[in-house]
Amino acid sequence: MSNRVINLLVPIISIIIGLIVGALVMLVSGYDPVEGYSALWTGIFGDSYTIGNTIRQITPYILAGLAVAFAFRTGLFNIGVEGQLIIGWLAAAWVGYAIELPKVIHIPLALIAAAAAGAFWAFIAGFLKAKFKVHEVIVTIMLNYTALYIANAIIRNLTDGGFKTERIHESASLRSDFLRDITDNSSLHYGIIIALLMVALMWFILEKTTRGYELKAVGFNQNAADYAGMSVNKNIILAMTISGMFAGLGGAMEALGTFQNASIKAGFTGIGFDGIAVALLGANTPLGVIFGASLFGSLKYGSLNMPNAAGIPEEIVSIIIALIIFFVASGYIIRVGLQKLSKKKEGQ
Amino acid sequence: MSFLEMLYFIIPSAILYATPLIFTAIGGVFSERSGVVNIGLEGLMIVGAFVGIYVNLEYGAQFGAATVWIAMLAAVVIGAIFSLFHAVAAISFRADQTVSGVAINLLGLAVSVFLVKMIYGKGQTDMISHPINRFAIPYLKDIPFFGPLLFRDVYSTSILAFAVVIAAWFIIYKTPFGLRLRAVGEHPMAADTMGVNVNKMRYIAVMISGALGGLGGAAYAQTITHDFSHATIAGQGFMAIAAMIFGKWHPVGALGAALFFGLAQTLSIAGSQIPYVQEIPAVYLQILPYVLTILALAGFIGKASAPKASGQPYIKGKR
Repeated sequence: MSNRVINLLVPIISIIIGLIVGALVMLVSGYDPVEGYSALWTGIFGDSYTIGNTIRQITPYILAGLAVAFAFRTGLFNIGVEGQLIIGWLAAAWVGYAIELPKVIHIPLALIAAAAAGAFWAFIAGFLKAKFKVHEVIVTIMLNYTALYIANAIIRNLTDGGFKTERIHESASLRSDFLRDITDNSSLHYGIIIALLMVALMWFILEKTTRGYELKAVGFNQNAADYAGMSVNKNIILAMTISGMFAGLGGAMEALGTFQNASIKAGFTGIGFDGIAVALLGANTPLGVIFGASLFGSLKYGSLNMPNAAGIPEEIVSIIIALIIFFVASGYIIRVGLQKLSKKKEGQ
Repeated sequence: MSFLEMLYFIIPSAILYATPLIFTAIGGVFSERSGVVNIGLEGLMIVGAFVGIYVNLEYGAQFGAATVWIAMLAAVVIGAIFSLFHAVAAISFRADQTVSGVAINLLGLAVSVFLVKMIYGKGQTDMISHPINRFAIPYLKDIPFFGPLLFRDVYSTSILAFAVVIAAWFIIYKTPFGLRLRAVGEHPMAADTMGVNVNKMRYIAVMISGALGGLGGAAYAQTITHDFSHATIAGQGFMAIAAMIFGKWHPVGALGAALFFGLAQTLSIAGSQIPYVQEIPAVYLQILPYVLTILALAGFIGKASAPKASGQPYIKGKR
C-alpha cells in the first residue's frame, strides 16, 4: 500500500472505529444505536431547516480548523483558538452594534476587527515563543482563560452589568432573507462563503507564495530553514498571527451570523478545541479542513436531535469525536496494522 | 470587618480552594517529570468530580460519614484507569501528547455528562447529603493568631493535600523510584541503557497523575460545589497545570503556587465583601494565575523550564 493511500485510510478508519465504539457505548448504556444514528442523520439532513443550520455550524468549524492547521504547518500547536475566537467574537459584535455604516463597509470592517483581535491574541503567543522560547501550547492555554474572563468583564462593562451586548445593526449582519427563506427559517448566513474564501486563502499562502514556502520550511526543520537564511522567529510570529486571524474570523461568524451579539460565557464554546480535531482529521490541508469541519460540524449539530428523537444524551457525539481524535492521533498504530495487513496479502 | 477577621476569613478559604489544585498539580508533576505532558488534567478532574459525587449520592445512606473517603478512593481508582487512555495513546501508540491530552479533556467531560444524563435523567445531579465538612483541631485552634488562621476551619482534604506534597517530594527526590522517574523524563535513552524500563515508568507516572487528578476533582466537588454538572470543573485542571509550571515542576513549588492561586480564586469570588479588595475588579484576580504563569515562563519571574524529554515519545534504538 502506498503512503498516500495509508494517509487517506488512517482518518477514515478512525472515523469508522469511532462510530462503532459510539454504537457500542449506546448499546451498553441501554440505548438503541440504530435509533440513535438515525436520529443523528435526521438531525443533520432531515429537512432544509436542519441542513441550513448544519451548514451554519460547519462555518466556524472550518475557520477554527484552518487556524489550528495553519499553525501546525509551521510546526506550532495553537491550542488557543478558543480564546482567539472569543476575542474576535467580542470585537465583531462591538463593531457591529457600536457604529452605524453602510453595509458594504460595515461587514468588512467588523470582519477585519475580529480578524485583528484574534490575530493580536495569537501574536502574544507567537512573540513570546520567538523572543523567549516559551512553549506556545502552555501560553495559548493560559490565554484561553484570560480571554474568557476579559471578554466577560468587557461585556459587563459595556452593558452596565448585563449578560449580552446589544444586537448588531442590520448593516453588519451576515444573515439574509434569501438564505432564511430557502432553508425554512434556519439561521444559515453568508459566513460559509467567507469561510470557504479563507480556505482558498490558506491554500494560496501556503502553496503559491514565497512566504508560505518559508512558513512550511520552518515547520519541517527549523535549523535547515535558519541555515537557508530564513528568519525562524519572524515566521513563527507571522504563522501564529495568521492562525489567530482565522480564529478571530470564526468568532465573527458567531457574532455577525449566528447569535447577532456577544454574551457572557460560563465556559468555553468548544469550537476552538474541536478545531484541533478538524485540523487533525484533515491532515492540516485546506481541503482536509473542509472535510473535517463538515464531519464534526454535522455531528455536533445533528446530535442536538438525539435527546428528542431517540432519548439519547447528545454528549454521545462528543464521546465519538474524542475517540476519533484518539485514533487519528494514534495513527502510528493504525499504520503499523495496515502495513502488516498489506504484507500478509503480498505473502499469499 | 477588621483586618484580623478578614484574614481569618480569607486564609482558610484560600486553602480550601487551593486543595484540589494541589492534588492535581502534584499529579501533573509526576507525569511531566517522567516526560509525558498531561494537558488532560482538566478532564481527569471532571471524571473524579463525577465519580465522587456519584458514589456520595448512591452510597451516602449506607456509609454515612465515611462516604466521602470511599467516594474519593473511587475517584482515585477511576481517575487512574481513565488516564490509561492518555498513557496508551501517548506512550505506546506514540500519539502527540498534547492532542491526546485534549482528547482526554473532551472525553472526560462528555462521558461524565453523558452518564449523569443517563443515570439521573437531567444535566445536573442533586446536592450530596454528606459533603466534606470543616472542623476545628482541638488545642491547636486555641493558639493565638495561628489558631483561628489555620486550625479553626480545617478540611480533612487539605491535610491530606499537604501530606501528598510531602510524600511526593520524598518519592521524587529521596527514593530510587523517584530518581528513575526523573531520569526517564530528562534523558530516557540514558535511563534505558542503565536498565530502567522507560515505558513502564511513564505508565506508572501517568496513572499517578490520573489518580491525583481524580482525587482533586472529587475533593473540589465534595467541598465546594456539592453537586456535579458540566460546569463543576471550569478551568481548575488548567489552573493546576499553571501551578505546576509556576512551581517549576517541583512538589513544594507547586504547593506554593497552588496556595497562591487559591488565594486569587478566593479573592475573585468573595472579594466584593472584603474592604480594599472590592476596589479591584474581579477580572484581574481571575486572570492573575494565568498571566503570572505566562510571565514565569517568559522568564520575568525566575526561569521555568520543563523536563528535557517531556512531550517526546521514547522509541527504542532511535538516536
